[in-house]
Amino acid sequence: MHPVLVTVLQRLALGLATLVAVSIIIFISIEMLPGDFGQIILGQAATKATVAAFRAELGLDMPAYLRYFDWIAGVLQGDLGTSFSGRAASGQDRSREVAELIGPRLQNTLFLAGITALISVPLALILGISTALYRNTIYDRSINAATLTTISFPEFFVAYILILFLSSLNQWLPSLANVDASTPLGERLTRIALPALTLTLVIIAHMMRMTRAAIINLLASPYIQMARLSGASRTEVIVKHALPNAWAPIATVIAFNLAYLVVGVVVVEVVFVYPGIGQLMVDAVTTRDIPVVQGCALIFAVTYILLNLTADIIGIITNPRLLHPK
Amino acid sequence: MSNKAQKGDVLLDIKSLEIEGFSDEKWHEIIKGVDLTLRRGEVMGLIGESGAGKSTLGLAAMGYTQPGCRITGGSINFDGVNLAQMSDEQMRGYWGNRMTYVAQSAAASFNPAHRLIEQTTSSTIRFGIKEKAEAHKDAHVLYAALNLPDPTNIGDRYPHQVSGGQLQRVMTAMAMSPRPDLIIFDEPTTALDVTTQVEVLSSMRAIVEEFNTAAIYITHDLAVVAQMADVIKVLRYGEEVEEAATRQMLKSPKQDYTKSLWSVRALQKEEHTATDSIMSLRGIDAAYGTAKVLFDVDIDVPKGSTVAVVGESGSGKSTTARVITGLLPQSAGSVVFDGDALPERLADRTKEQKRRIQMIYQMADTAMNPRQTVRDIIGRPLEFYLGVRGKANTERVIELLEMIELNADFLERLPAELSGGQKQRICIARALAANPEFIICDEVTSALDQIVQEGILKLLLRLQSELGLTYMFITHDISTVKAIADQVVVMNEGRVVEQGSKTEVFQPPHPAYTELLLSSVPEMDPDWLTNLNAARNR
Repeated sequence: MHPVLVTVLQRLALGLATLVAVSIIIFISIEMLPGDFGQIILGQAATKATVAAFRAELGLDMPAYLRYFDWIAGVLQGDLGTSFSGRAASGQDRSREVAELIGPRLQNTLFLAGITALISVPLALILGISTALYRNTIYDRSINAATLTTISFPEFFVAYILILFLSSLNQWLPSLANVDASTPLGERLTRIALPALTLTLVIIAHMMRMTRAAIINLLASPYIQMARLSGASRTEVIVKHALPNAWAPIATVIAFNLAYLVVGVVVVEVVFVYPGIGQLMVDAVTTRDIPVVQGCALIFAVTYILLNLTADIIGIITNPRLLHPK
Repeated sequence: MSNKAQKGDVLLDIKSLEIEGFSDEKWHEIIKGVDLTLRRGEVMGLIGESGAGKSTLGLAAMGYTQPGCRITGGSINFDGVNLAQMSDEQMRGYWGNRMTYVAQSAAASFNPAHRLIEQTTSSTIRFGIKEKAEAHKDAHVLYAALNLPDPTNIGDRYPHQVSGGQLQRVMTAMAMSPRPDLIIFDEPTTALDVTTQVEVLSSMRAIVEEFNTAAIYITHDLAVVAQMADVIKVLRYGEEVEEAATRQMLKSPKQDYTKSLWSVRALQKEEHTATDSIMSLRGIDAAYGTAKVLFDVDIDVPKGSTVAVVGESGSGKSTTARVITGLLPQSAGSVVFDGDALPERLADRTKEQKRRIQMIYQMADTAMNPRQTVRDIIGRPLEFYLGVRGKANTERVIELLEMIELNADFLERLPAELSGGQKQRICIARALAANPEFIICDEVTSALDQIVQEGILKLLLRLQSELGLTYMFITHDISTVKAIADQVVVMNEGRVVEQGSKTEVFQPPHPAYTELLLSSVPEMDPDWLTNLNAARNR
């Protein structure tokens, strides 16, 4: 078997092990939330009997480890459980499957993240490469200053500034991004324009600066001097000689930022009233809707692990020492 | 090339060139008004110690200055144009086209991401000298001319997939591919083992002759330059010392500095006749993980003498030192020191056992803590092994400093404030501080310039006769062996090939490997390489 394939399989196995560990941590940390779930959800007025009935319905009367295995067994079969809200103990069973709650929200989040990534990753790479090419020029300095400025402001601030100029003073773009399953694609794209722009401004500095730094770091290598002395132009030196050796650190930073787009955008979702998974999780935490919280946390963990795994693999296949062993 | 003129026409004419470099917040002169004239088809050797400015001058001959350097005066006339006044953009038409460069470290100078053939032919294709297919075919011819194995396929490999000596030859092929007028060789064989060096030198010389290319060959090794150059120019502190045709320069150098460079190789030690062994290795096997690197090594070191362990990289000489010091426990055999078998692991040895065996390393730079002063560096083993503290400690440190021909002024200095030779002297003093009987010197002079080397070797010899020390001297340099050894151990691929007194080992008949090793050491005779190749081909 090719050694790269072996390494990739090893990483996958490690990722799986990480996921198991994370699931345990998620479960334990929710166990450690203070107070009794039944009591909190039903309120102070609830009688002991109601609380006990409610706990029994939720399965909270079972020992923790049994509940963990129950949960994991469900997850492995694609069943994330049933939401705590609207259970039979509240008079009528209106409860919904967690998957059914998370599904459309996750789609929205992935849609926004995908569009943002499509804009920001190529833009960050182009800016990173061009600032490396024209380093220490006015162009380089102004791009650096601009991206540093946008990353330095909190994202809600960037969001409100954009709303002020692009939505309020000039009515170019909608300030609300409330979409649902029936919204057509064109409409959807217009509605998420402002959140996507906000997120782009927030994440671009990190990726662009890493690209620039990774390339410049290599420019002191003897093989870059050699390339120059064999008559390679500036662009050739950067694109053909430095960039191919710089992919590993760049991929890591891109993966990190893409993960952030999935798991960390709750503030932007709130500002633009976008129905993403971040809001869902925050709501679920406040209402102690444990199956939903666990489901969201697990999805976030999978996102992180998968993206970092991809970055690792890119690092491996762009390293000729690993790809073409002796 | 398009305008290949007659052999003997002036190709490169450098006049009173001045170059400055920026360091420590100010500009320093690196090249102070050097003239250089090179004719077509001529090879000039540039020699000098580190800091002489030879690499800077060699690069300047291409109109290139390293980042942080600038040309402040003079002219560089290359075939009628002044490179000193051209922009990088204009110069790019010359680089990789009419002039090419062969760097010291081929391993670092090839881009790890591209195949060798692409790198070999990139400038030839870029400048439209040849079409891709034709350039690749030509590269195969060059690879063959440079004696590379499997010339039609080796180019498909990546740099990390071939050996150092092969890479250096591929780089020569790369330099030759556009058929330039001028090639700059910047210490191209310094990083190679002697037996590899001979092969690379032969193929470089043959190909330069074949295409009648002018070349500047930069090196600090006189014997190497003697084989390669028609003319030799000696540089020191950025100035020319003298220039003459190779034979004349070797026979009768005019300047004292040049003579001193020549004399270093003449250092020879009187052989000390062997007495009882203080250190004996018996049947040592050792391995790194599952890779076995030492096989049944027997070495005897007589008390008060110097045993030189010679061999090329990978021969197991440094591993032997690691076994003796206990850093790498052997898998079989025993290390007997002064009658007692030493515990295999360093952790199991007593303080006294550790004190009696000390070590000096190749890179004095990395063997010292950069944040400790000389007083701390030498004072620490005094305190640790002998319990000498306070005023007595300082006094002893000063005594040791005087022993290594330095003085109390050095007490408060940091390693960064010392020259290369001084750093190695401090390392020697640190080893002496423990009052050892046995010192392992691992390539202690190979990172130093020849004149500095001579000083260190003389110091070690004097200390040996004054203190009755026993040395195990690990080196790949045969002239160092001649200078310092009583006994010689030749190692190859983890085995002892031959051992005995210096006279025995250096006198024929030799085992095959010793013969190969000894005959590969360049000599100051300009005909040495020619004769050697003739003899080997017979």
